[in-house]
Amino acid sequence: MQKIGLFIPCYIDAFFPKVGIATLELLEKCAQNVEYPMAQTCCGQPLANVGCHSDAAEAEALFVRHFARYDAIVVPSGSCAHHVRERFDAIPQTEEVCHVRSHIYELIEFLHDILEVQAFPWAEFPHKVGIHNGCSTLRSLRTASMSELGEPFFSKPQALLSRVKGISFVTPHRPDECCGFGGTFSITEEAVSIRMGLDKVQDYYKAGAEYIVSADSSCLMHQQGCAEHAGVPIRFIHIAEILNGAQA
Amino acid sequence: MKRSTPVNHAKAAEKFMKDTAHARFHDKRLWDLRQKRDQQMHLLPEWQELRTLASQIKEHTLAHLPEYLEQFEANALKNGVHVHWATDAAEHNRIVGEILEKHGVRTLIKSKSMVTEECEMAPYLTQCDVQVIETDLGERIQQLDNQMPSHIVVPAVHKLASDVAKLFAQHYHTAPDDDDPHSLAWAQRLAARPVILSADAGMTGVNFAVAETGSFVVCTNEGNADLSATVPKLHIATLGIEKLIPRMADLGVFIRLLSRSALGSPITQYTTHFRAPQKGSEMHVVLVDNGRSHRLGMEEFWTSLKCIRCGACMNTCPVYRRSGGLSYGAVYSGPIGVIIDPTFNERKYSTLPFASTMNGSCTHVCPVKINIHEQIYQWRGVLANHHELPFVKREIMRMVGKILGRPKLYRAMVQGAETTLNVLPRFLLYRTMNPWGKNRTLPRPVQQTFHAWYKEHRVKKNRNT
Ligand code: SF4
Repeated sequence: MQKIGLFIPCYIDAFFPKVGIATLELLEKCAQNVEYPMAQTCCGQPLANVGCHSDAAEAEALFVRHFARYDAIVVPSGSCAHHVRERFDAIPQTEEVCHVRSHIYELIEFLHDILEVQAFPWAEFPHKVGIHNGCSTLRSLRTASMSELGEPFFSKPQALLSRVKGISFVTPHRPDECCGFGGTFSITEEAVSIRMGLDKVQDYYKAGAEYIVSADSSCLMHQQGCAEHAGVPIRFIHIAEILNGAQA
Repeated sequence: MKRSTPVNHAKAAEKFMKDTAHARFHDKRLWDLRQKRDQQMHLLPEWQELRTLASQIKEHTLAHLPEYLEQFEANALKNGVHVHWATDAAEHNRIVGEILEKHGVRTLIKSKSMVTEECEMAPYLTQCDVQVIETDLGERIQQLDNQMPSHIVVPAVHKLASDVAKLFAQHYHTAPDDDDPHSLAWAQRLAARPVILSADAGMTGVNFAVAETGSFVVCTNEGNADLSATVPKLHIATLGIEKLIPRMADLGVFIRLLSRSALGSPITQYTTHFRAPQKGSEMHVVLVDNGRSHRLGMEEFWTSLKCIRCGACMNTCPVYRRSGGLSYGAVYSGPIGVIIDPTFNERKYSTLPFASTMNGSCTHVCPVKINIHEQIYQWRGVLANHHELPFVKREIMRMVGKILGRPKLYRAMVQGAETTLNVLPRFLLYRTMNPWGKNRTLPRPVQQTFHAWYKEHRVKKNRNT
């Protein structure tokens, strides 16, 4: 049986442990053999995104040391999966590194493309949700069609969620608009970041969403911060939690 | 040489957004353009094919630029056009100044040209006692207001009609509260016509220069370029050397993409081909390098020269739409500006690659398929290597890198503090968390990290069984 390495990014570990738990439980419910390597730290993305990619060499080496032994690596975060797959090159590209890079999956991809999960009989979520795709999930991992290209509609997160009992979807005016998190951007460009976040949550709220659901916790953390501060009554949930049977 | 201070995009953006009416309007207006562009895209089933073709033609041309430039020059000379070469902005301005002096020009009418903005030609010519008057409406508005264009296609897009009314009232003595767009356009027309008719020389930019014919094409919506070029006896066209395309047959690909991408209209009102001077007139072409051949040699960034200046990347950019073009403090703003401005002055524009969430929308609307957001990412790396990082300290990042490579140390930092909440992102990402919490609530503290939960529920359990 294939062995899966679970990668839980730093901010999920620290701020949203229940997203990590839901991911693990969900994979187990899908009959997967999952392990969380205890000595993992971070993929180094925060360093690379501020230009200091070479400083991430040790983090990358450590990552490979702990994850190379798995048949697949699953992470409930699009930007981390994207970073490892596309940009993980601060260290020499050994066979192990290449294995890690080509076998890392964002959770939705893994469930939709690899496991092809057809039903979540344990899940029920009788709420109107708006789906937010993080930008690297949308435009690099391509888990959904993007409006820029004019391609036929597809959405892997929506395909999975539509197998959950009771759920319904709302469509905001600007479904592909970035929410303004952007890592350090959220700090160095505070004003623009918050404006973007607020516009985003209001767009969902006006479309009638009770929840914003996403495969990207960092976007949710930012949006939730903006919504709560401005008093926009909308709730936030990671897609792993719904698929794992969270009740709201 | 004096070290320039980096542009403070964040501060300028905040200022722009304080004026909610303007900020809202700006975002909406540009988003409308993006949507119109989408509609045009949906009407053309071959859209992606066109983009690929346009990208290939440009890449081919850039790879053979010297040959095509010489071919263009030879053919233009044959057509009776004077051809000049300018290595940099100063040479460009000097060449233009000399042509004007030779003809005793006192008034120059000009239609939109980003190269002349880039070369800061207008102030130079003013010093030489030549009056430069913009004929493009948006450009003229910006000129009267003493501002740079805030957008490469719609230069005054950040202004409301009421701003223009006030500006025109000052300069044209119109009614300050008459902000009807038609009366404003009419006021500009009345003011511009006599100037156009009496000007000594006209100047235009160039959208495409065709090597095989030595001719060039100018696309506008107001017809002002045509007037600038044909009414006076002297026409100077100035262009960056990347404007070349090999054949007339290639032109259609770009014409089909340009206005659809820019404004969501199938074509500009005027697509004018210039080949030779009219009888009794002179036509000059100035080919400007100004850093372009250097950029062509930059492995990660040379494809930015494919740009056809349609502005689609700006219209779609969520940051640009919120912050306004002037916040970039550069001639080129928005995503394309972010990746080319640092080639003009790395320190001054070192902040710009950070004025982006790298969301990638720009890349996918770009009609010539420039990987803009990837280049933004690459620029951050280049700036770090050149010690021009504006926001983070390299030493701190080195330290973070070390911690991330050492699980025990890392765990100690995460676990050790019940303040996981504050410590983690602070040491990982930010010098300070303060700006996070000003207008955004912080995530709630948690009882147990995932790591600790796993240890308790999985590791221990396994040991017990
Ligand atoms: S980079 Fe692309 S989208 Fe932006 S102005 Fe240039 S051609 Fe247009």
